[in-house]
Amino acid sequence: MTKYVAKRILMSVLTLFIITFVLFVLIRIMPGDPFPVERMSAEMILQKREELGLNKPILEQFVNYMSMLLSGSFGNGTSLYNGAPIKPIMTACLINSFKIGVLSILFGTAVGLAIGIVAAINRGKFLDGLCTIVSILGVCIPSYVFMIFLQYFFSYKIPFFPYFFDPSNFLASSIMPSLSLSLFAISTIARFTRNEMLEVMNSDYVKLAEAKGLYGFELIRKHVLRNALIPIVTVIAPLVVSLLTGAMVIEKIYGINGVGKLMVDAIAGQGVDYNYVLALSIVFSALYIGAMLVLDILYGIIDPRIRLATKEG
Amino acid sequence: MRTLLKEDFEFISDRDISVDENFASQGYWKGVAVHFFRNKFAVTGLILVSVIILFAVFAPLVSSYTYEQIISVTDSSGKEFIAKSLSPQIGASAEQNFFADRTFLFGTDDMGRDLWTRTWQGARVSLIIAFVAIFIDMLIGTSYGLISGYFGGMVDNALQRFIEIAGSIPTLVIISILAIFMEKGIGLVIASLLITEWIGMSKIARAECLKLKEREYVLASRTLGAGSFHIIFKQILPNTIGPIITQVMFSIPVAIFTEAFLSFVGVGIVLPQCSIGSLIEAGFGNITILPYQILPPITVLAILMLGFNLIGDGFREALAPKLEDM
Repeated sequence: MTKYVAKRILMSVLTLFIITFVLFVLIRIMPGDPFPVERMSAEMILQKREELGLNKPILEQFVNYMSMLLSGSFGNGTSLYNGAPIKPIMTACLINSFKIGVLSILFGTAVGLAIGIVAAINRGKFLDGLCTIVSILGVCIPSYVFMIFLQYFFSYKIPFFPYFFDPSNFLASSIMPSLSLSLFAISTIARFTRNEMLEVMNSDYVKLAEAKGLYGFELIRKHVLRNALIPIVTVIAPLVVSLLTGAMVIEKIYGINGVGKLMVDAIAGQGVDYNYVLALSIVFSALYIGAMLVLDILYGIIDPRIRLATKEG
Repeated sequence: MRTLLKEDFEFISDRDISVDENFASQGYWKGVAVHFFRNKFAVTGLILVSVIILFAVFAPLVSSYTYEQIISVTDSSGKEFIAKSLSPQIGASAEQNFFADRTFLFGTDDMGRDLWTRTWQGARVSLIIAFVAIFIDMLIGTSYGLISGYFGGMVDNALQRFIEIAGSIPTLVIISILAIFMEKGIGLVIASLLITEWIGMSKIARAECLKLKEREYVLASRTLGAGSFHIIFKQILPNTIGPIITQVMFSIPVAIFTEAFLSFVGVGIVLPQCSIGSLIEAGFGNITILPYQILPPITVLAILMLGFNLIGDGFREALAPKLEDM
């Protein structure tokens, strides 16, 4: 197990390093300058290039950038509008996105599990059909369609929740965004849970437990749920990732100051802010790879069969 | 013993011949088609998608406006009125009286363009993007996966490490980097789909190839002196078509969604071009005052996503029918 974990960690760090290098080179070989050239004189451009270290060889620039990264700094924004250090702004945005993300994953997992369990227990009955329809709709209809409707009806028509996200009123204003962000998670987890539960319920050891006289909630909790839950960890990994892209839309709809919005501003605003794009890309990749790593290891801990399989392979 | 005369025989009519229907021999694709059309959900999906495609192809052709035309009338005093933000319900504002004799089935947008035409034009653009991108993805992904699976060893190892690294870059990052390099528009959307969607395709092709390359017919072909290229593309490829088509069916809604998502956040289709995503974006801007504008593109998007998912599910079941469905 230790060897497996060490190998996975090493692979992840290596992957992240390669990605950082590729991103850095891609952004540096781009034609043009990272600042509005048409508004500057030739000397100003030269001076600015000198200041940002853009006239050095690309490898030297990369080494400098890496040493800066390792010391925990992301440098400054490059555009003339925003030359302030990136880190504090990005941290603030990350915290906002993180709160919404964690809330919606918790919410999605809890509700999705509940729906899936109810559907599996009532297999073939009305409740099962209802759950199936809900989960099909959730997978097929893009979450931001739901978001727009939720916002329109529950914030505008019936002003029950705040229309926009407001950090000072976190609890009330974060319900709508995290609910809409979790809809996809709810339907995926519900569908998966139902199928897993049904499979376990048909297995011999559950039949044995039933034959011994165990029934109802006790049976479900002790024998079915424990075994059905293992594979569900695998669906959560891609969901964490889909949160990143989902966050971009939701932050636009609810006006949240998060990393998705920061990225959109950096690429679609006036003039691309190269350093922001680079810093955010590195952070996103690190988060993604980190999430994959944690879930892989977690999966190995929960299910010993996985560990054996990787040892053989 | 009496000799048998002609009168002793009679022709049996067709209905007397019983054909064993349970074990009738059936071609592979015919079997798939029968299973597919027996599935109510799959047929529903097929109908939904066909209707949208028909409208997307023909509605802009027969419409009396073009998608970028700003509709206006000039009254007797030479004053020009633009058909701005007319809702499909007639007769709300004074300006609408000028357009009483026209019909705008979905209303007009805030620039005075016909939303009926724009919605179907948008559906057309979105579908073209999805089909083109996924088709190229299929070509790249399948070839990559087949080559990786067939040769195995060092080649497979190298190709799979590359996929591992390429796959751990979040889609969002790829799109952002592309957005810096390229002009916003159809090209950017297609490029980001090309870079992200082929990986899943190649994984399926590789898995199928690993299964098939050990079969006797491949060995026979090799014994007869067939080259690797011939075996991969003439012997193995035709047998992997089924799972690949299923994957394509699931990739198309992803592509449509990605386009809608990119246009919505502002790095996709640019005006006056329109797509489902850009129409939703425009409608979202006016949702509190003109909520009717967002309904047509959102409905079309939802129907397309639902339809393609149902078709994909139907295909998957038809290719690997379970015993109980037989």
